[in-house]
Parts: sequence; structure tokens; C-alpha cells
Amino acid sequence: MTPVTSAPPADERVGSPRLLDRLVLRPEIGALLGALLVFVFFSTVTEQFLSTGGVATWLDDASTLGIMAVAVALLMIGGEFDLSAGVMTASSALVTAILATKLGWNVWLALLVSLVFALAVGALNGWLVMRTGLPSFIVTLGTFLALQGLNLGITRLVTGTVQVSGMRSAEGYSSAGYLFASTFTIGGTSFYVSIVWWILFTVIAATVLVRTRFGNWIFAVGGSALSSRAVGVPVVRTKILLFMTTAGAAWLVGSINILRFTSVQANQGIGLEFQFIIAAVIGGCLLTGGFGSAVGAAIGALIFGMARQGIVYANWNSDWFQLFLGVMLLAAVLVNNALRRRAERVRR
Amino acid sequence: MTSTRKGLRTGPVRLGLALSGLVLLAACSGPGGDTSANTGTAAAQAPTGDLRVAVITHGSAGDAFWNVVKNGATDAGKQLGVTVDYNSDGDPGRQSTLIDNAASQKVGGIVVSMANPDALKTSIENAVKAGIPVITINSGSDKSSSFGALAHVGQEESVAGEEAGRKLKEAGKTKLLCVIHEAGNVGLNQRCDGARTGFGGAVSNLQVDINNPTDVESRIKGALQTDPSVDAVLALNPQVAVSSVSAVKGASSKAAVATFDLNADVTAAIKSGDVLFAVDQQQYEQGYLPIVMLKLYRDNANTVGGGKPVLTGPGFVDKSNVDKVAEYAERGTR
Repeated sequence: MTPVTSAPPADERVGSPRLLDRLVLRPEIGALLGALLVFVFFSTVTEQFLSTGGVATWLDDASTLGIMAVAVALLMIGGEFDLSAGVMTASSALVTAILATKLGWNVWLALLVSLVFALAVGALNGWLVMRTGLPSFIVTLGTFLALQGLNLGITRLVTGTVQVSGMRSAEGYSSAGYLFASTFTIGGTSFYVSIVWWILFTVIAATVLVRTRFGNWIFAVGGSALSSRAVGVPVVRTKILLFMTTAGAAWLVGSINILRFTSVQANQGIGLEFQFIIAAVIGGCLLTGGFGSAVGAAIGALIFGMARQGIVYANWNSDWFQLFLGVMLLAAVLVNNALRRRAERVRR
Repeated sequence: MTSTRKGLRTGPVRLGLALSGLVLLAACSGPGGDTSANTGTAAAQAPTGDLRVAVITHGSAGDAFWNVVKNGATDAGKQLGVTVDYNSDGDPGRQSTLIDNAASQKVGGIVVSMANPDALKTSIENAVKAGIPVITINSGSDKSSSFGALAHVGQEESVAGEEAGRKLKEAGKTKLLCVIHEAGNVGLNQRCDGARTGFGGAVSNLQVDINNPTDVESRIKGALQTDPSVDAVLALNPQVAVSSVSAVKGASSKAAVATFDLNADVTAAIKSGDVLFAVDQQQYEQGYLPIVMLKLYRDNANTVGGGKPVLTGPGFVDKSNVDKVAEYAERGTR
């Protein structure tokens, strides 16, 4: 029975964390620092990087990658992978192109059918993963190979060659083109509309993720599917919707590509799926799910675009590009990891 | 769960909406629109001083064939005092971005290979509009002048394929396997179609993946074992040719191997009789000549080719001339 002599310490739960600590908690902070670093570096090293034409070029490069990276980030936060996302961009473009040029459909109708096709493949991916309990890595690897074969087989069967072209003369091309592949001018420089799609997609995804109930479900199923099922989160529906989102984003990118380049190759998109994952990881997503950010993934894609074009502006030998990417990825992951460790110590 | 739930403040949302608003207000132009505003109407470069040329190809990094093209371009650059930047990307979308990139750098000339001309149309036309001379190489000759390019340097794929087919026919072959190693490359299909025309006999195509040498060899081997009557294999790439030779030996087939393009291994195989002949498109010239042409165009307003493609092939390498060529293949110029 010793009498209390000192005043009780202040309760740490009601204190407010310092600003720096609050910043450290954000998953995209590592990517943001990286983006600033890359931006400042190439702006000082090269002349054209900051010219309006230069900015338009690297934003254009980052835009389609960014749309996919954001969708893949949502899926990864939900604890799943989609390796078929890269080839899906070519598949949806091929469906659109074949329907419009070989069957003479209106482009809008062709776009609608290829969207349905993409969503169906996405739903199939999700359903297989949930139904079999196999890792999505395995299931979507199967889809990836199957789509790759379909792309080549059907293209050659229908056209006798390995690329579909001639979109320009299809009915409804110009109106669809306005939506997906036009340019707009700001201050005398043309920017591709795909940049707007990217920003729009990122804003919608970020809002859904942190402002809606569905966003909570995404974090929950990625964090622990069992616990979230126990508290009444519709796990199956959430994950299937996430796979459909990735496929839908792939359709959007495929449509942007086919309307802008008016032709599509049967082997397009192979290998891109890893770039989407890398961009999402640089943006703070974890491979284990339950953590990450849509804005971060968009910034990850921006780093990609800036680096890809910056290396060209700097007149470096492009042979080293992949090495640079690999080192950057490792650095980003290490920074993210360090920040997260620190975040876990911060009082909230 | 961590506090990612806490405040995505409305910042990004507002910014996004503001930007979208800007776009709605901004002037729009249709798909494949004129982006020449990027480069302005400034003359590409004064006709004196340094000339800088961007070479943008569709070869994948580390491809032996494109390495020779690159050597041709850089050698010409060294000899003529021209700065040459070489970049490549197999994805047509990214290739067009590289062209935009070169145009916004206001280079003195652009050399581009067109495996997929439609995808590059807008970017090339914009570069031409901005006053940058463009020369197309290797493939896409039929679209070259309509895009506004000065000239095309390359080989007509169907003509080359036809010649190869004819030569195999003359060697008394009756059944041909044509090995395609890149799924999206139209030129390769044209070669096989040309070979079908020239050969006259039965020709079947086989699809393999160049990035996986093991797969190339085992698929060719499988095809030869499945149909022992195949007596000729036409490879469209030197790496595939070497795999074909191993596959023929592995399947104990009697098939003769012929190939497009050269490297040191192929010349050795021609010497030893494993490969009948190689169709050589002399791609070193596809790197070298455009640099010369761009320099002549700038310094003397000369053009080359008279609106027709400048052909670098097909040349044939067989036992009669292989020794000299081998020496040059060793140093990466054939």
C-alpha cells in the first residue's frame, strides 16, 4: 500500500502524433519521394525533360501504365494477383478490332462487346480463384497463357496475318476516337486524352478505397479473408469485383491503344503484367495484401514514365534501362519497408 | 489495418476534377490528331554545326540482328561526325512515344523501323510536320512515302522469301517447314508467304518463341519427328537457324536448313555444311546508309532512292563466299 506520489502519466492514446509521423503512415510517401527524386534529377540533367513537349511525352508514357497500375493496386490490396492483365489489354483491343474491321460492326458496339468479354474473363478469374482456393498467381498465369494463345490463334484464323489494322475506316471510329484517343491543347502543347483517363481513374479508385464501404471491404479481405468473412464482409463478391475491375481497366487501356494506333499486334501486352505489379509495389502495395494505395500506384507509374523517357532525353545507352528499373524497384521496396516499420511504432 | 483510412483529404479529388475541367475547356482535336504543337514550327536544326540523329527500332534489346544495325548507325555517326542516339522498343505504342520524344528534342533526323506502320503513323507525320527529316528502315516500305518519309532503306520481305523458296526448290527439296519466331511481326509472315510462292511445294508454318531457345529447338525437333518427310527448314533468324541445326541432328532428320540473316554461328554452320545458305539483308547498311542520307540531305539537300525503296537485300551467303563474310560477322558488321 504505497501512496501514489507522482501524477499519472498522460494517456498516450489521446495525444496527437507529430506531423512527420502522420506522413510516414501513408503508403504512398515512399513513391512520392522517389517521384520527386527522379523528377528533379532528369529536370536538371536534361533540357527537354521539363519542356512542354517533354512533359506531354512522359505523361503519355505513364498514363496507360498508370490506369492498369491503379486497378492492379486495388486487387493487390485485396490480397490477389492478376498476371493476365497485360495480355488482356491486347485481347480486348483485338476483339474490338476484329469485330469492327472484319465484321463491319460499329466501333461503339464492338467496344461494348469487348468490354463484356473482358469483364467475363475477369469474373472467371475471380470465380476460379475463390472456387478452387488456388493462389491467384497460379490461376491467372493459366488465363495469361490461354489468352496469349487465343490472341495469336484467332487473329491468324480471322485475318491470315498477325496484326489487325484498318480501324480508321470503321464506322463510328472518329466519335469513339474522341473519347479514347484524341488530344487536347494546353498552352500550345498537345496532350493525349489518356492522361485524363488516368487521373480520373485514379481519383475514382482512391475515393472508393478510402471513402466507401467497398473500400473497407477491400482492405479487410486483403488483410484477413477469414476474419472479414466472420464479421460479415462478402469476401467472394468483393474479390470477383476486384478481378473484374482489373479486366475492365485492361479493356480501357486496350481501347485507348486500338483507337490511337488503329492497329493491334497479336503479341502485344506480354510482360506488361509485371510492370503493373512493380508500379503498384513502388506505390506502397504489399504482396501480402491489406496495405497500399491507389494514388501511390499512379505515382509509381509516373516514376516509370519519367524514367523511361528521361533516360532517352539524357542520351544514356538504353541497354541499361532494365538494370535501372530493377535497382529502383529494390530501393522503393526497401524504403517502403523501413517506413512501414516506423509506422507500426507510431502512436495512432 | 493501418491508418490509410485516415484522410485522403479532398486534395487529389479536387485536383483531378480541376484538371478534368481544364480539359473540357481546352481545345480538342480528334484521334490521331495533330500533335505538332509539341514541336512547334521551329526549324529542326540550323544547317550547320552538329547533326543529331535518333534511331528508333522495334528490335528487342539484345537481339543479334539489331545489334548489327546499331553498329552500322554508330559507325556511320563516328565517321561522319554525327551524334547517333539508338533506342528500341518492341511495343509499337512505346515505339511511337520514343518518336515523340525525339521530335520534342528537335533532333536533326529520325530513323525508324516500321514493323507496325499504322501505330507509328501519327508520330511520324508529326515529326515530318515539325520539319524533321525521317527515314524508314527494315520494314514498312509500302507506307514510307505516304507518311512523308524521305526514303526507305531495307529489304522487300516477300521478294526475299520468294528467292529463298526458289533456291530451296532448285536444291531439290519438296517439303518445307517455315519457322516464325515473333508472333506480332508481319514481315516474318510475308517471308513465309513469299517462300510458299517461290517454293511451289508443301510449306507449313511453325510458331516458336525467340525468347526461349529451349522451346525453339524442341518444337522444331517435334515437328520434324512428327513429319519425317520434311526435307527443308527455313529459319527467319540466325538464332533460330542454330537451334534448327541442333533440332535436325536431334531428330536424326535429313532436312536441310536455310536461314535469313547472319551471325558468326551461321557462317560457321555454312562452312561445315550444316546450313545450306543464308539470305543476307545486309542490315549493317540499314543502320549506316540512313545516317549518310540524312547528312547529305542536310548539307547538300540530296535525296536517295527516287521515291523507291533502297534495297539492301536479298544477298545470299553460301559456301562460295562464306569465308570473307565470316570474318565480318565476327566483328558484328554482317
